[in-house]
Amino acid sequence: MKDFATLFTRIDESTKTTVKTAALADYFRTADPSDRLWTIALFTGRRPKRTITATKLRTWAAELAGLPDWLFEDSYSVVGDLAETISLVLPPAAHSTDHSLTYWIDKLKTLSALDEDARKQGIVDAWNSLPNTQRFLFTKLLTGGFRIGVSAKLITRALAQATGQPEPELTHKLMGKWTPDTATWDSLIMADDPTADLSRPYPFYLSYQLDSLDDLGGPTDWNAERKWDGIRGQLIIRGGEHHIWSRGEDLMTDRFPELAQLKDYLPDGTVIDGEVLAFADEKPLSFNALQKRIGRKTVPKKLLAEAPVILMAYDLLEHEGQDIRDTPLKDRRNHLKTLINKAPPEAPIRLSDALPFKTWHDLAKARDQSRDIGAEGLMLKRLDSPYLSGRKRGDWWKWKIDPLTIDAVMIYAQAGHGRRANLFTDYTFAVRDGENLVPFTKAYSGLTDAEFREITGWVRKNTLQKFGPVRQVPAAHVFEIAFEGIQASPRHKSGVALRFPRMLRWRKDKPVDEANTLADLKEMLATYG
Amino acid sequence: MFVLMTDVLTFTDRGIYCPAGDFYIDPWKPVDRALITHAHSDHARPGMGNYLATEGTAPVMKHRLGQISIETITYGNEIQIGDAKVSFHPAGHVPGSAQIKVAVKGEVWVVSGDYKTVADGLSEPFEPVQCHAFITECTFGLPIFKWTPQDILATQINDWWAANAAAGKTSILGAYALGKAQRLLATVDPDIGPILTHGAIENTNEVLRNQGIPLPKTTYATADITAKTHPGALVLATPSALGTTWTKRFGPASTAFASGWMALRGVRRRRAADRGFIVSDHADWNGLNDAIKATGATKIFATHGYTTTFQRWLADQGYDAHIVSTDYQGEGLETAEESAT
Repeated sequence: MKDFATLFTRIDESTKTTVKTAALADYFRTADPSDRLWTIALFTGRRPKRTITATKLRTWAAELAGLPDWLFEDSYSVVGDLAETISLVLPPAAHSTDHSLTYWIDKLKTLSALDEDARKQGIVDAWNSLPNTQRFLFTKLLTGGFRIGVSAKLITRALAQATGQPEPELTHKLMGKWTPDTATWDSLIMADDPTADLSRPYPFYLSYQLDSLDDLGGPTDWNAERKWDGIRGQLIIRGGEHHIWSRGEDLMTDRFPELAQLKDYLPDGTVIDGEVLAFADEKPLSFNALQKRIGRKTVPKKLLAEAPVILMAYDLLEHEGQDIRDTPLKDRRNHLKTLINKAPPEAPIRLSDALPFKTWHDLAKARDQSRDIGAEGLMLKRLDSPYLSGRKRGDWWKWKIDPLTIDAVMIYAQAGHGRRANLFTDYTFAVRDGENLVPFTKAYSGLTDAEFREITGWVRKNTLQKFGPVRQVPAAHVFEIAFEGIQASPRHKSGVALRFPRMLRWRKDKPVDEANTLADLKEMLATYG
Repeated sequence: MFVLMTDVLTFTDRGIYCPAGDFYIDPWKPVDRALITHAHSDHARPGMGNYLATEGTAPVMKHRLGQISIETITYGNEIQIGDAKVSFHPAGHVPGSAQIKVAVKGEVWVVSGDYKTVADGLSEPFEPVQCHAFITECTFGLPIFKWTPQDILATQINDWWAANAAAGKTSILGAYALGKAQRLLATVDPDIGPILTHGAIENTNEVLRNQGIPLPKTTYATADITAKTHPGALVLATPSALGTTWTKRFGPASTAFASGWMALRGVRRRRAADRGFIVSDHADWNGLNDAIKATGATKIFATHGYTTTFQRWLADQGYDAHIVSTDYQGEGLETAEESAT
């Protein structure tokens, strides 16, 4: 665990990618192979099965630290990370041990088979024998993901340095359903058998927001289509089975059972990139309809009928069992079109149509219709481009429509946690309704650090009332709130719920009596809801 | 003006007031007579008719506030102001900092200002004062704050500096101009390399040196001083100077902050510095609890920091604990250097 702790500290202490990569590469060269694999697993979100509930951990830690539960909770809300809170409040370790990362993970597995007293004893013994950083990391194994500023990309780069293999090959090897229990360092990283896992997806190609059409050159080089407001998904049909992967490398197959029939309509050895959309009568339903299905592992019949999904297909990555990502987009799309045309209309798949346009001006007009069609804007893809992996500039651009905006008054402020523990960053906003202010949304992001600091100073001096961590402040500041969509919501006082609200700017120039009204908000709901 | 207590001290919208002696302690609005615990700008503000402070505090106050009418007092020396007996006692926060003890008719109250209980090698060490009521800060009044022992801290900083110097990098350390910067100077090993300072820190160094406080040799980093003229240097800068173009001339550098907030990984990462050293001139959780216990006081007032939580904790421990609202700021990472520490 000591070398894992050293790795963690080297990564955590630096903001420079080169330093982090070098630290990881060193570790991948020298650490125990089993530890290496676990490290890759942990840093790519494959954590060991949770054997002890967070509630139990909190109770045991508070008890060991001699703190009442409420004080532990207050501390946790400031720190924002349970494992860190625990490692901070506990008394210093009584003695010290040095076991490997794999040892501690195996230890946790054996604990899960024991009764509660024995589990508690096991955890307390571990806490008492691990110095600070190791204690934090051990507790992290119990509580959740290792988000330490290491992306999958950085892992692959470091692995490439350590093993001499090309990055794309490693990226591909790391995707899919493997865990350190089903794979070894040699079988996953060193072995030369990329077909071992039939469910393995290709890395997604991600686009940048378009700054200016001037960078694109002539319109004839480009394919334009709608940017659909659903969930990005990769459909894999291999060996008579189908799999659907999200962009976050989540396997979503069981969440969308209606897509299972696609394996009857599409040939084996097909991989399609597209958007999972709630769709009825040849039109996309609102994102709100799809949202009800997100996060559900199984879907009740009623929901299946209310919000049926399709795959809006826009690219073909594997054709007749061959990886065709290097062939030009226009060829890939031709193959895709042929495949989809062979499927009957009841098959839950559609081709994301290419929009006809001669000039950029035509396209701008098509973009203006996005909101009516339920799209987020347009996607522009170079016709001769290969399918790359990760976010790359140049061949794919998203050209989103401008967000909806409303000027609102800040009425409550709350301190953030974690990175923002000593700043007021979470605000509640209201619109005017006659003499009253009606709260309608919260927002946390969009301001600069300097602005957050300025508001924090102001909130400290101008708190009217405290409700626990929430401070009521005078209605004095107006902010322009941007959002992507608006829905009726009986749960909210204002009757609306916004999608992805954030602060676009602090309107220091606007007095409160010029902020928007509840009537304005209702009108937006009628127009865009 | 609202009044919470009518005892030895009352809490007003101008500051902490003593009716028996007609004076204020660390007021934040202009008053005739102000007793000052220490020279940080949220405690020693301009515009008071007369000031009273320790001999160690007065020079920095004059440096910062300009022409003021100020009398000085030595630690432990009791004076009579009206019907109140007043004395100043070391608070261990920064050189010259004091707790102010006020006794009226045998009832003793102590205003601690900002304080820390561990010796930093520079400030007069904190001295517990027996009292009935103790007015305490609680900037770091949560059990997650436990400071790195001074000897380990020294090793951490010296190792960091020496490793940077060996790698051909300048070490830039952010710290507040009064107190933290000098404490770090007293902590580091001057044999590792030259020590350069930002103007705000060098000015304070000069004031303290004139008072006879020993500090290692430092060089004011004027525009012609660069990584070329002073390779392997440690640069002490105010937090606000870090990340600005001022640091450019020091070439390849490793940056660090020295603050109690560095105990939190999230805050450390937000500052985007390479390192964070956990060091504060305020008491940590154990320091606060030990200090309060040592006073023997039964009545406690928490002024600034995590007041809600700390008050509840003290009440749970059987104290008659209250929160009072003040304009003191404690150690802010975000506030401008002039208004914080």
